[in-house]
Amino acid sequence: MDDSRISRHGSGARLWLAGGWLLLALLAAIFAPLVAPQDPLAQDLMFERLPPFWMSGAEPGFWLGTDSLGRDLLSRLIFGARIAFVVAFAAALAACLVGSTLGLIAGYFGGWADRIISRIVDVWMAFPPVLFAILLVAVLGTGLSSVIIAIAVIDWTRFCRVIRAETMGQARMDYVENARIAGYGRIGIMLREVLPNVVPSIVALLSLEMGIAVIVEAILSFVNLSISTDDPTWGGIIAEGRLSIHQAWWVLVFPLVTLILTVLSFSQFGEGLKARFDPVLR
Amino acid sequence: MNASACLDISNLSAVLPNGARVLRSVSLSVQPGEVRALVGESGAGKTMIGKAVLGVLSPSVRIVEGDMLLEGEDLGRLQPKARRTLIGARTALIPQDPLTALNPSRRIGPQMTDRLVRILGWSGQRADVRIRQLLDEVQIRDPNRVLKCYPHELSGGMRQRVLIAAAFAAEPRLIVADEPTTALDVTVQKQILRLIAQLQREHGTAILFVTHDLGVVAKISQKVSVLYAGKVVEEAETAALFAAPQHPYTRALMAATPRYTDPFASLKPVDEAVLAGLAAEIAAADQAWRRPHG
Amino acid sequence: MLLQRFLIRLLTMAITLFGVAVVVFVVIRVAPGDPIAMMLPPGATDADIARLRALYGLDKTIVEQFFIWLSGVVRGDFGTSISLRQDVLGLVFNRLPATLELAITALLMALAIGGTTAILGARERGTAVEAGIDIASGAALSIPDFLWGLVLILLFGVMVPVFDISGRVSPQLDLPFVTQFYLFESIARLRFDLTKDLLGHMLMPAVALALPLAAIISQLLKQSLKEVLDLDYVVLARVKGFSETQVILREALKNAALPTLTLVGVQFTFLIGGTVIVERLFSYEGLGNMAIDAVINRDLPLIQGIVLVFALLFVLINLTVDMMYALLNPRLRHG
Repeated sequence: MDDSRISRHGSGARLWLAGGWLLLALLAAIFAPLVAPQDPLAQDLMFERLPPFWMSGAEPGFWLGTDSLGRDLLSRLIFGARIAFVVAFAAALAACLVGSTLGLIAGYFGGWADRIISRIVDVWMAFPPVLFAILLVAVLGTGLSSVIIAIAVIDWTRFCRVIRAETMGQARMDYVENARIAGYGRIGIMLREVLPNVVPSIVALLSLEMGIAVIVEAILSFVNLSISTDDPTWGGIIAEGRLSIHQAWWVLVFPLVTLILTVLSFSQFGEGLKARFDPVLR
Repeated sequence: MNASACLDISNLSAVLPNGARVLRSVSLSVQPGEVRALVGESGAGKTMIGKAVLGVLSPSVRIVEGDMLLEGEDLGRLQPKARRTLIGARTALIPQDPLTALNPSRRIGPQMTDRLVRILGWSGQRADVRIRQLLDEVQIRDPNRVLKCYPHELSGGMRQRVLIAAAFAAEPRLIVADEPTTALDVTVQKQILRLIAQLQREHGTAILFVTHDLGVVAKISQKVSVLYAGKVVEEAETAALFAAPQHPYTRALMAATPRYTDPFASLKPVDEAVLAGLAAEIAAADQAWRRPHG
Repeated sequence: MLLQRFLIRLLTMAITLFGVAVVVFVVIRVAPGDPIAMMLPPGATDADIARLRALYGLDKTIVEQFFIWLSGVVRGDFGTSISLRQDVLGLVFNRLPATLELAITALLMALAIGGTTAILGARERGTAVEAGIDIASGAALSIPDFLWGLVLILLFGVMVPVFDISGRVSPQLDLPFVTQFYLFESIARLRFDLTKDLLGHMLMPAVALALPLAAIISQLLKQSLKEVLDLDYVVLARVKGFSETQVILREALKNAALPTLTLVGVQFTFLIGGTVIVERLFSYEGLGNMAIDAVINRDLPLIQGIVLVFALLFVLINLTVDMMYALLNPRLRHG
């Protein structure tokens, strides 16, 4: 009794902290042109590798310093958030739609549908996901839509596996049996009786997947395969930072901290939402 | 206090984290070689007393006052390690459910001998001889097979025999038997009860016998404590209790229990007026108890 | 029953591998770029291109190409790398040991860290120790290996430079090895100076890979330990006089480990999948690093070969775990 009260209390704090950071990052992304202190693309070799504001040699207006081409790091991070969030929302939604639908079908109908879908999931699980993503983007050509498609194509299995298992559990419940006896159709029961009960899991997974999508995008940028325009991405900044790590550590540290906070927030936000809305846990 | 007692519990109280009292100044003693029945309805706290003696209370239950003396040693004053060793050497437990009281992934043999070898320091051979002797006493005729079995390969009755044999193997001074027949088939129940009684007589072991079944109480015990809501409401020689129950709750419990010989008698609820009176009595006692304890 | 289970698993394994082969073949054949174009010197004639396409079998239909390739694979012939102009199987076997050593080291670390914290947390359940373990494992789990790698590079490569952050072994060293399993061979040859250098290079990528898995093991094992620790046979063991640590190790661990084991199998394949980017991050000369180069160079035979070898590794791990589960579970063994 005592334990659950403490954990629910903890989940509230987690939810607010994580949600707060995500909201802040989202607002920064939406209003990037207004809040970014500099042009993220403006190079100035006079100002290359400026340190962050508290160190000697810092220039006012370049709060987090500049990279090796003299571009303002804070502005690049703020503009990078745009791509991160677009990828996160689009890829996670696409993966969720495909995976949850197939998971519901496999879990609820069973039989051949389940066998075929499960085999496909097996095949997908036998790919190293990062290599698969890199391969897909290489094939599709770099660009925002390629990255989104690649992430969705790889990660739908995460939704499919969880939703299938949960649906199978739900389908055995008495209330499903009752609905069937009452004469409701199979698809009707699936959507009206089963789906609402797996929604908390879908929401938690969706939030988790957004964090993963941000990471995959960063990895693709890191191996130079993401958005091949000049638009700043977090992964791209990290790749630059990795190269100049001994001369300008801040170029790696700040995007890394941003990325870690964002990923942590997405996963904690999902867990917190699930804990709050799951009727069983509550 | 009773220095010669095998087990002497005095004034034992325990609370849950929310402050609710689950044991209310319980006092009882078990003399060497005697069977003391602890009877009450489920939730009365009888299993909790057994667990408190053995030091395996769930962490949420906190003992707030009282002493437990095992052969004169104050369990509350011992360091955890010394207490564990003492309990391991001098007591044993016959658990309620033989299906869950054996580790599913270990063979029967090592589960029976591990206390003898690893806690009491016997040689493996001596422990093996001892265990086979006990298996014979509980009428298991093919010890070679049984010792090599995994628990799921044995029936419930066989497992309970194994657990009884293991309990008596180290010649404990006190055995806590926690509803040892409740989970078994009715036909097996009688055999197991007879077996426990027989081994108890032969080994002269004191038993704290926890049960909800007055029929079992009558068959096995010399003395009996009746427990209601964590409080001992009556204590007597078994024969005297059945001949002339003093407390209204004891009488109500007897009235609610079907005759042991009549399979068609149905279980009746304990008389409600009696329970209401008891509840008021206990509430008043708790009030009085809270004042000095904050 | 065990044999039947094994045979069914072998069959599904074969189907899965066939599926992987089909998918990867189809995916890379829709690639818009022409791998042949990159190999040719400027000014090559159309006839040159056609000859080269025929040489690599790229002039046939996709279905024909697939079955030609597949029949080769069945005979152990994975074709020739376009960018490195060497036998694919040879290249893969040259790099695979480095990746396996890294993955196995990381797995052992994860088991050690996860197992210890799980046992500690279960023993100290309900205390601040358990709460601390929960917070640490929550963070370790949410941050993926790629980010851990970067954090470690910053901490122990730059701020306190105690470990190497690039490569598999110091280049100036003389290596007496006959196999590609440098680490294992250095131990077998008692050349601990080399072991130390290899471990110094391997430690950070291995920790980056191990941390998320350690967190999963810790959480899951602790949870099942806590469930088992309330069971009657564990209470009985406490009454027998065994200490809490003894009770956990002797009575609870094996039964609690069974559900964890199945999960570790899948998670270990995730860990191996993670080597791809972590090897890149630490310039570690393993299979994953080569795979990224192969993709960038559009080296179709090499990509196919590497992906198939990874897939084979994954299904073999799952098979092993499945069989171990059956062997360790007495109910299945005798059922």
